[in-house]
Order: sequence, then structure tokens, then C-alpha cells
Amino acid sequence: MNGTQRAIEVRQLHKYFGDNEVLKGIDFHVDAGQVVCVIGPSGSGKSTLLRCVNRLEEPTSGQIFVEGVDICDDETDLDKVRSRIGMVFQQFNLFPHMTVLDNLTVAQRKVRRRSKSEAVEVARKNLAKVGLAEKENAYPAHLSGGQQQRVAIARALSMNPDMMLFDEPTSALDPELVGDVLDVMRQLAEEGMTMMVVTHEMGFAREVGDKLVFMDGGVIVEEGDPHEVLANPQHERTQRFLSKVL
Amino acid sequence: MKRSQRRRLTHLSLYGVLIVIVLAVAFTADWHTVKVNFFDGDTWKALWPDIVTKGAKNTIWYTAIAFAGGLTLALVLALMKLSPILGYRWIATGYIEFFRGLPALVVIIFMGLGVPLAFGWSPPGGPVGGGLIGLIMVSSAYMAETLRAGIQAVPKGQTEAARSLGMSSARTMVTVVLPQAVRIVIPPLTNEFVLLVKDTALLSAVGMQDNQLDLTALGQNGLNTYANPSPLLAIALMYLAIALPLTRLVAWMEKRQQRAR
Repeated sequence: MNGTQRAIEVRQLHKYFGDNEVLKGIDFHVDAGQVVCVIGPSGSGKSTLLRCVNRLEEPTSGQIFVEGVDICDDETDLDKVRSRIGMVFQQFNLFPHMTVLDNLTVAQRKVRRRSKSEAVEVARKNLAKVGLAEKENAYPAHLSGGQQQRVAIARALSMNPDMMLFDEPTSALDPELVGDVLDVMRQLAEEGMTMMVVTHEMGFAREVGDKLVFMDGGVIVEEGDPHEVLANPQHERTQRFLSKVL
Repeated sequence: MKRSQRRRLTHLSLYGVLIVIVLAVAFTADWHTVKVNFFDGDTWKALWPDIVTKGAKNTIWYTAIAFAGGLTLALVLALMKLSPILGYRWIATGYIEFFRGLPALVVIIFMGLGVPLAFGWSPPGGPVGGGLIGLIMVSSAYMAETLRAGIQAVPKGQTEAARSLGMSSARTMVTVVLPQAVRIVIPPLTNEFVLLVKDTALLSAVGMQDNQLDLTALGQNGLNTYANPSPLLAIALMYLAIALPLTRLVAWMEKRQQRAR
């Protein structure tokens, strides 16, 4: 992959919920291979921005390109674009009526049209990667939150995505379960996966992130090298936020 | 007086009232009349085996047909009601409100006798067939609402997860949403099934040939033939034998679902 290609490019993105303007003209990009962490107070629009990238939220205006493809263009096959973007949710959203293995193979088979044996092979490889190889026949309800989230990551990875979106992946977890999930994400980053991570984990953002974006009130207030931004925030709003969470 | 003593006294007096009522009924009832009219041995024997091989069989058949047809139509209606296209939503809402507002008996007579008379249409199986179509139309309106509620009870995150994996909306519905909705609606749908067992009694209003007689028609015929109400008690017991296991099943499933939550 071309190292300078923009994996995600967002231009002048506006998003309204009714009369409420949640995103007020966002310009944002993620380069291929980059790990970009987005932080900010709740209601700042960071999750909405992430969800616009695979159009789970419909942008009100502006442009979004994923690997150069305009995802708001009517001609674009949105399902195809989405199948290349892995997404991990705060609430895991595993399919509760399927075993772990079926969770990982269903989209491979129905969307990627892989054979059963190939899908199972890919699924097992990714389950092993997140350290849950022995859980393939379990149902999600029988797993801890941390295990469920790792299965969700493995499910996304099984589609061989070009990039991963993480929407507060550890916010619903008990504190002692957060580490396992972050370890998996760290490993992914080391392998060169392009990642956009909305998170409250400042440690993760500092150590793993290539870029840190601070959002507040629907705008990007500050962005830059995570060490710089966290240690020496330029903007007053960033300083105020960081003083509360660090 | 302590509270526990007071409670015991209340319980004792409640039991006392119950015993008095039971004794009063037992001594004042005309048991001979009851026996002759509802437990007439010859009449009960005469009903056998038609009450099972014909009456119960047809009642179960009518219920199965109305349920299968109603459920199929209900699924279409529920999906229409959830459709992003306004026209479909209007049609489904209009249909559901219309048929929920009418007495089932009116629709059954309309489809079994009215429409055939108006259009010279002969429904399959005669008036009963037309009546069954009417019953399907009515039951589908109720079941559509149950299904819609079940589909909407599946968390939105499930749809988002499926769509984010690249599944189309139709694929998401079939693979992810409906299987979960089915689990949610099984108890209420079993309830609809029990209601339907009893609603098939209305079909007898359009007239049935001998091999089409359901329990109600059989009981009514028996009442006229033997000039004795025993057949009514007999069919009542048959209805209970069909419905009770089902209502117990629903109660058990609801309890299990609550535990799982």
C-alpha cells in the first residue's frame, strides 16, 4: 500500500441531529498505516465523526473519502466499502444467537462469499490472535465483556479489512478487563493496521497513537503528536479537559 | 392483638367463607338435573368417536391453516410497516387498524358468504374456506403488530454491526434481526395461537358440510339431535384439552425467558 495514501479523508463535514449541529465543519484525515486517536468530552461529536466514516450516520453535508472513494456518492457500493472497514462498538454487538465461530464466519460467507472451510480457517486464526481459540463454540452471553470485545475485534478482522474503527471499545468494560482489549489493539497497531480510535484511554493514545485529535463542541480543537498534545496542550479547552482526565 | 395473629384470623375467616359457599352450592344445586343434562351417558357415547376424529381434527386443522396463513401475511405486513417507503407503511397501518376494529365474525361471514354471493366466487372448500380466509385476514392484523414489536425489540446495535460488516439491509434482516425477533415473539405468538383455537368456533356460523364440522358445530348439532346439552360440555372439555397445554407452555416459556434476562 502506498504509504502516503489517505485511508480516510473528511472534508467540511457537518452533521445535524434535528436542529442540533453535532459536527461543525470537520476536516480530518487518517493516513494508511496510521493510528489516530480521537479524544474529547462526551457530546463533543467524536463518536458521530467516527460513525460517519462508514456512514452509520448520514452526513448532513461535506465529503468523506475512504481509500479515495467518495462514500456519499450514490454510485458507490456502500456495502462493499463497509466490508473493508472493520468496526468495533462500545457495546460489542456480537450476534447473541450465534456461536463465537458463527459470529466470525457469517459475514465472510454471506458478504465475502468464502467457502465454509476457508471462513472457518480465517476465523480460527483471528480467534487465536485475540487469545480466545478455545471459545469458538461458546455463545456470547457466556463470555466476559473483555472476551466479547476481543471476539468483536476478531469478527471485524476476519473480513480482512484495510482499516479499523474503534468506538470507545473499552468504555463498557470493567477496569480489570480493559488491559486485554488494549493489548490486542496495540498488537494490531504494531502490525501496521490503519486505525481510528475514539477513546478515553490516554495511556493508549500516548503510547500507540501516531496522531491525537482533541474534539469539543463539534469542532477539532487541537491535533498533533500525542506526546506533544498530552504534555503540552496549546489550546485552553484542551488544557481544561486534560486536567480533568489525566 | 399482634399482626401475625390478626393475619391468621383474616385467613381463617376467608377459609370459612369459602367453605360456606362450597357447601351452599353442593346442597342447593339440583345434581340430578345437572347429571341428566350434562353428563348423559348415552349422548356422550353417541358423540364418540366423531368428537375426536371429526370435531377436534377439523378444529386443529382450521387453527393450523389460519395460523400459518395469518403468520405469513403478518410478516409481510410487519415488514411493510417498518419499510422506509411511506406508501407501504400507510397500507399496512390501514389494514391493521381496519381488521383489528372489526368483529372477526363479521369478516368471516363476509368472506364466507358475502363475497361469494357478490362475485359468484366459490371459495375452496365452500363457505368454510372463505371464512378461513377471513380468519386469516383478521389474525394477521394482530400478529403483524406482535411481529413488528418483536423486530423493533432487537437492539439497534445488532443492525449496525451487521451493516458495518457489509451485509445488505435484507441480509441483515434475515440473518441477524429476524432470528432474534422470533425468540422474542414466541410467547406472545403462542398466545395468539390459543386465541385462534377458540376463534375457529366462529367458522361454524357460515355452515359446514358433515366432514367439515368443527367442535362447535358438532356440539350444536348434538344439542339439536339429542335434545340434551351434554355435547356442549363434551366439546368444552375438548377445547380445554387443546388450549390448556399451550397456555401452560407459554407460561413456562415466559418464566424461562425472564430467568435468562
